[in-house]
Amino acid sequence: MGINDSLKYYWNVKVVGQPFLQWQRWQAERHPKIPSRWRTDILSPPLRIGARTKELISRHYLEGRYANGHRPVAWVTSGGPVEILQALGFYVLYPENHGAVCGVRRVVVDISTEAENAGYSTDICSYARTDIGSVLSGKTPVGRLPKPDLLLACTNICQTVLHWYRVLAKHFNVPLILIDTPFVYTEASDHALEYVKKQLENSIPVAEQVAGHTLDYRRLQEIIQLSKNAAELWLEIIGRGRHHPAPMSVFDQFIHMAPIVEMRGKQETVDFYAALLKELDENISKGIGAVRNERKRLLWDNLPIWYRLRYLAENLGEHGICVVASTYTNAWGELAPLMNKEKPLESMAKTYTYPILNQGTKYKLDTMKRMVEKFQLDGVILHSDRSCKPYSIGQIDQRNLLIQEYGIPALLLEADHDDPRAYAEEQVASRLASFVEMLES
Amino acid sequence: MDIVALGIDVGSTTVKMVAINAAEEIVWDHLEAVDPRVEKQVDSFLNKLREETNSLAGIPLIATGYGRNLVHQAVKKVTEITCHAKGVYRQLGHGGTLVDIGGQDSKAIVIGDQGQVIDFAMNDKCAAGTGRFLENTAARMRVPISEMGAVALSATGEVTISSTCTVFAESEIISMLAHGVEVEPILLGLHRSLIKRVVAMVRSVGLVTPLLLSGGVVKNPAIRKVIEDEINEQVFLPEHPQLMGAYGAALLALNLPTS
Repeated sequence: MGINDSLKYYWNVKVVGQPFLQWQRWQAERHPKIPSRWRTDILSPPLRIGARTKELISRHYLEGRYANGHRPVAWVTSGGPVEILQALGFYVLYPENHGAVCGVRRVVVDISTEAENAGYSTDICSYARTDIGSVLSGKTPVGRLPKPDLLLACTNICQTVLHWYRVLAKHFNVPLILIDTPFVYTEASDHALEYVKKQLENSIPVAEQVAGHTLDYRRLQEIIQLSKNAAELWLEIIGRGRHHPAPMSVFDQFIHMAPIVEMRGKQETVDFYAALLKELDENISKGIGAVRNERKRLLWDNLPIWYRLRYLAENLGEHGICVVASTYTNAWGELAPLMNKEKPLESMAKTYTYPILNQGTKYKLDTMKRMVEKFQLDGVILHSDRSCKPYSIGQIDQRNLLIQEYGIPALLLEADHDDPRAYAEEQVASRLASFVEMLES
Repeated sequence: MDIVALGIDVGSTTVKMVAINAAEEIVWDHLEAVDPRVEKQVDSFLNKLREETNSLAGIPLIATGYGRNLVHQAVKKVTEITCHAKGVYRQLGHGGTLVDIGGQDSKAIVIGDQGQVIDFAMNDKCAAGTGRFLENTAARMRVPISEMGAVALSATGEVTISSTCTVFAESEIISMLAHGVEVEPILLGLHRSLIKRVVAMVRSVGLVTPLLLSGGVVKNPAIRKVIEDEINEQVFLPEHPQLMGAYGAALLALNLPTS
């Protein structure tokens, strides 16, 4: 780590950047503005917390921009056991989150074309293509991504990460920690959990070597507790969807979930979610719903369609439909009870073995049914995501079972979470309109 | 003509309009190839109707089909799923699984006992399994679209078209023709390829018998024959399969709450 880089970091991040972002947030909080094309006739004004979300995310990428040479940098998968790296002082970057930012900013086609030109097939996940394209070209909407000193991939979300991170390891010539989580058919066996725990143990010396110091187990415990606190708050936040009208739609959740994914283990993340919960409770007490005239409530399955969030919120909101809950945002909260700072590695092994994507399709079906009942929903939209095969497999059966076994109307919507070339708006609009008419008949 | 309601179906290939009387019977209908200037075309349809009747003042019009949002003369826009289900149920008097093969997309609609839509599926983002698939390949073989079905049914043999992609199927056909394969067995294979896609869609929503057909493509006799072969069920057609979207729209217009 160099003194010049540290000075640059302090100047750009601490002296200039952070105060500016804070000032920007205060301005936005003091004079809240509704985006010019926001359909106020359909949707309630955006949540006030948005100013803080923007500050947190901007600061995260600003820190990343100047991190190289000042702090060790790790790139990790979204379901990666990040607490060990946080405790060692790593700056942690989530390429999937960066991919989502690229999706929202609609630069995915430009960036992923760089990867496609280098020979990566369009059949590969659009997050992976966007990341590799960004690595190859330096293109990003967030300024600059720091180079990794360490990579950590966990197979609990998909097998693509295995190959994707090997590409990154070769490109950057840095160590890759691979955490292999055995698939959970009904319940994880003791030896499977022991196997994951052993891998976590083995990852520590590798990460310590890159960080240049040893792991402080008390710090790890603190971080596990902070992760748990934030995840529990997130679970409460999405649980507020039980109220009629729902104070927050999934389209808001998709935006405000960024900190729980990429900033777990930090006090500011806990504070952020406590503030969001408070705002939702205020809105509930005033009877303010995300959709002004909520008449029907739906569940969303799979990742968001990042480049069409507002369109979908308005298209459905126009018919008084609020998409209240999703299996995707739920996934970031449902494992919170498993974390235990008294048994750091054991509880991490369990937490990171049980994500919804590492479990059988029956588990997802049961989750959907449970959520439909809990949130009193009228139907389900299953986004068949061309990029995310593990999330999309089984959806046709899940859809049919929801309809035939449980009498829950369900729609399969074909798209891609990041790549608009696999999305046909006319056809999506036509399916949504037909589904809405069916719900209303 | 005692016209009480109008329905218009602006599809990707044709525009269909019907007028119904209080007994919900079709008393007038008109069909033309679609013009991209939809609003103008709808005006010309209305003018044609005005020549045959006294006045259309106060008669509600509902629009359906891909171009429905371009019909500014309509009081309401409703999707083809709802309209086809409504029209076919009214004509045949029972529910079932309705397959509507249109120019740009195909749909399988499960209709309940009361005529309500219970479930539906549409073809994915691809022309395979739609009328466009036949149209493209018919043009390549220089067989008029209206004669395709009869020519296919006159075949004594059949060849398998392995490509489901419209563009690749076209190259496959060119190659077959170049190798001296007759037109008739190719055409029959082509129909089977399309229907296999449609049947997969029907299976995805779960076939609730009887199987009903609507849409312009089902005027083709080979479509009916091959679908019966593939699904092993008798199919039922309304009298005017191509008008069912517009008819359903008119029925909905008739029942609009009066303001």
